[in-house]
Amino acid sequence: MSLLHLVILAPFVLAILVPFLYKYVRQVHTGWFVMILPLTLFIYFLQFLPMISRGETIYEQQPWIPSLGINFDVYVDGLGLLFGLLITGIGTLVVLYSIYYLYNKKKESLHNFYVYLLMFMGAMLGVVFSDNLMTLYIFWELTSLASSLLIAYWFHKERSRYGAQKSMLITVSGGFAMLAGFSLLYVMTNTFSIREIIAQADVIVTSPLFIPAMLLVLAGAFTKSAQFPFHIWLPDAMEAPTPVSAYLHSATMVKAGIYLVARLTPVFGITQHWFWIVSGFGIFTLIWGSVSAIRQKDLKAILAFSTISQLGLIMALLGLGSAAFHYDVAVVGTLYYTATLAAVFHLINHATFKGSLFMIVGIVDHETGTRDIRKLGGLMAIMPITFTVALIGTLSMAGVPPFNGFLSKEMFFTAALNATTMDIFNMQTLGILFPVIAWIASIFTFAYCILMFSRTFLGKFKPEKLEKEVHEAPIGLLIPPIVLASLVVIFGLFPNLLAYSIIEPTMASILPNVLADGERFYVNIYHWHGFNTELFMTIGVVIFGSLIYLNLKKWAEVNWFLRERDPLNWVYDNSLVWTVNGSIKVTNMQMTGLLRDYFVFMTVFIIGLMGYTMIKYNIFAIDLANVAEVSPYVLILVIVLLATTVLLPFISHRITAIVATGVIGFLIALLFVVFRAPDLALTQLLVETVMVVLFLLAFYHLPELRKEKFTPRFKLTNLVVSIGVGLVITLTALSAHAFSHANPIQPISDYFVKNSYELAGGKNMVNVILVDFRGLDTMLEVLVLAIAALGIVVLIKLRMTGKEDV
Amino acid sequence: MKSSLMLHTITRIVAFIILSFSVFLFFAGHNNPGGGFIGGLMTAAGLLLLYVSFDLKTIKRVIPFNYTTMIATGMLLAIGTGVVSMFLGDAYLTQYFDYFQLPILGETELTTALPFDLGIYLVVVGVALLSILTIAEDDA
Amino acid sequence: MEILMILVIGVIFTVATYLILTKSLLRVVIGLIMYGHGAHLLFITLAGLKQGAPPLLGEEAVAYADPLPQAVVLTAIVIGFGVTAFLLVIAYRTYKVHQTDDLDQLRGSADE
Repeated sequence: MSLLHLVILAPFVLAILVPFLYKYVRQVHTGWFVMILPLTLFIYFLQFLPMISRGETIYEQQPWIPSLGINFDVYVDGLGLLFGLLITGIGTLVVLYSIYYLYNKKKESLHNFYVYLLMFMGAMLGVVFSDNLMTLYIFWELTSLASSLLIAYWFHKERSRYGAQKSMLITVSGGFAMLAGFSLLYVMTNTFSIREIIAQADVIVTSPLFIPAMLLVLAGAFTKSAQFPFHIWLPDAMEAPTPVSAYLHSATMVKAGIYLVARLTPVFGITQHWFWIVSGFGIFTLIWGSVSAIRQKDLKAILAFSTISQLGLIMALLGLGSAAFHYDVAVVGTLYYTATLAAVFHLINHATFKGSLFMIVGIVDHETGTRDIRKLGGLMAIMPITFTVALIGTLSMAGVPPFNGFLSKEMFFTAALNATTMDIFNMQTLGILFPVIAWIASIFTFAYCILMFSRTFLGKFKPEKLEKEVHEAPIGLLIPPIVLASLVVIFGLFPNLLAYSIIEPTMASILPNVLADGERFYVNIYHWHGFNTELFMTIGVVIFGSLIYLNLKKWAEVNWFLRERDPLNWVYDNSLVWTVNGSIKVTNMQMTGLLRDYFVFMTVFIIGLMGYTMIKYNIFAIDLANVAEVSPYVLILVIVLLATTVLLPFISHRITAIVATGVIGFLIALLFVVFRAPDLALTQLLVETVMVVLFLLAFYHLPELRKEKFTPRFKLTNLVVSIGVGLVITLTALSAHAFSHANPIQPISDYFVKNSYELAGGKNMVNVILVDFRGLDTMLEVLVLAIAALGIVVLIKLRMTGKEDV
Repeated sequence: MKSSLMLHTITRIVAFIILSFSVFLFFAGHNNPGGGFIGGLMTAAGLLLLYVSFDLKTIKRVIPFNYTTMIATGMLLAIGTGVVSMFLGDAYLTQYFDYFQLPILGETELTTALPFDLGIYLVVVGVALLSILTIAEDDA
Repeated sequence: MEILMILVIGVIFTVATYLILTKSLLRVVIGLIMYGHGAHLLFITLAGLKQGAPPLLGEEAVAYADPLPQAVVLTAIVIGFGVTAFLLVIAYRTYKVHQTDDLDQLRGSADE
């Protein structure tokens, strides 16, 4: 257990303490305690930076279930560290923001909020630092769980619960698919360690399981990263408090899918299937998201679709980047690495500008009470600081210089254009699609950026539509977005700050083996590339984007433009309804509510099963030779027993029935005496005595037995079923008896006969077996008795009065 | 209530005999028919006889047992005996026995199965009586 | 004797099943008790009813009856007692709450 393991577990430990802090230190907002942790971790991770940028990695082992190959191994390389810094860095800012956002200590259940948030933080760190696929999977599902709980944080709202359920169903089913994919990887490579799997990439590529494993793993990544058609959960996840949306649903959790794709690129990336699926889904998600975003009226919904589209962009870039495996760096230079570089760079940029924008939207919502762009407007004068930060974020997202979004967008265009020059995977013909779609999507991106910005901050202020008095936000709410916005500017002006320190090692993790030993990616990002195609594309984006924005009124008449909800939601909602209705139908078919029917189902099944086995294997046998002789007492006992038993169903008086049952019990006790079982006889006798008292007590209150009023058909079924059961039991018992004589087996009880005096010092073998040899069975047996007795007490004494809150 | 005087007198004697016999059965268990289950049921039957012939209140005054506690004690005893062997490095519920010279009783076999069996005894008595008394006391 | 006992057990199971399929709670409880009896007898019978001394080493006999099925059945009898007591109380409470012991009338409505 190294320090790194503790770092991953630290948030979970703090999560345990949070409820106590919340309860006993009420005067301080719980968030302040929580904030210390990500801040410390962020600083801790920063000190790895020099080492990682030198190209070194850290690997710490901790066996967990070694027999199954599941270990809690921690691996830090460029990719992991990049995510670690994002998680803790943005985490610190988000916690600070949440302190002011959820300022009402009494009304908000902060202990829940911070427990979930810390759980998420720890799980996410676990995902990005685990070297073991199974550990990764566990942390992965924990992030889904935390996300769902956070979406349902205001659980009294119906839409919150709906969103939580939706995100849970989609991401967890994706997670299951991923688990299957991981298992297939294990089948192929016999290891769960990611590093070892990467080392065996050539084995995997030739395996017949390659395609299924890849598709299953991608299902996990795509559901998590909200790729089309699984993206529908993300807009509904916006019901979560805004700090959560900023943290989980834009900066970190949704990038877990990106992380996974990047991490496994060395495994799958060599094939054209990977190339086409990842880049194809990515580019389609990009345009779908950006076109959908422009239809939204809710600021957070715009951001949600924008996030979907940007995630698609990064995904597409990762797909395009995998083509680099096919080119020798010495021949074509760095041409095809641009895509991967752009993906990594945009990942960072997106976290900064989208994080700040989410926080801005949170501030607007917080101060005005609405996020509807039809009600907002003219906030520029009232909230100048918010306005400035929003301007920086929006321009960066729209891809306008000199902000960092411009740089990554330029690179994206370069990568898309480079794609057309590839001579593999039919790219000569289809490659042109990439720059075209990228360009159209960027136009829409530009348009919705202007839309959301101008509708909020420009135009006329409409105080009559707002419920609150509007003023500038408190400084605590403003600091986090200001920090992020400054990063947007800093990374925009000095992008190479990131290049050497983190982008290069990250690229080395995504594209290992393409460089010779000792070489490194030389990344140099700069603004001015001269008058090239990319620049003209950007100019085109600005012009056409503005045109779209100016003509929005006309667009509004187009039918699809009015529909805010994604059409795919129909599929989700209906499949949910169908599933529920279907299971109700199936249940109603078998659950008749009548005890008899259930018994009939069970017994008929047993009769069928036993009868079938008997006929199929022809095992019926009867052995009349090896039987003990029947003594006269036994004959008398058996006759009385049979007579009482057969009469039992015809008794229509309750006391008679109880007495008859008692008689049968006593007769059986006598039979036990004949069978040389004194302990059994005694037990049976005493149990029967106590039971009769119990019976009389209980049935003192019960009504008289009635004659059963059954239809003849009903009665006949009962009769047939009963005789069937009796027959099957008899035949089975006879065959078993014959079998045991035909194949004499040494009884295991010889051991007890021999050893009960030597090993346990007792002469009564039955008792010795009970208390010594099989002591655990007996202990559990009395436990069952105790539970039954307590059940009786509960049933009778602790009765509900009908006023309890259940 | 003349008839009940008769009943009471006989019950007192018979119950005493049954209870003594049940204790004998319990201790006899290791070598002869008997043991925790049988002893427990016999005790329960004896006590039941008292409850049936006298009324509930009188017996409650005479035998102030809380049967729920009795079940819990029995369970703890049974589980606890098993734990002892774990401290000695053996598997859970390993039983030990040895022969000792005790004053008055002479050479006696002492075994850890006895407290375990006592636990069973207590649970069985508790369960039988608790179930019956719970129903009997229910007047709703 | 084994064949005879097996036939008796068959009858016990038939009657028990018939009782369980009826509508009266009391009969169902009795049916379950009969199932228990049948199973216990079956166990002992199939272990072999060959004569031998009771499984007490004090008897100093050459052969003993098999102690293992006896131990198992002893456990089963006691557990059966606990379960029957519980069943009885459930039946009793059901009657108290619903004022009927007819399983036909006790069946839940469809939307429950």
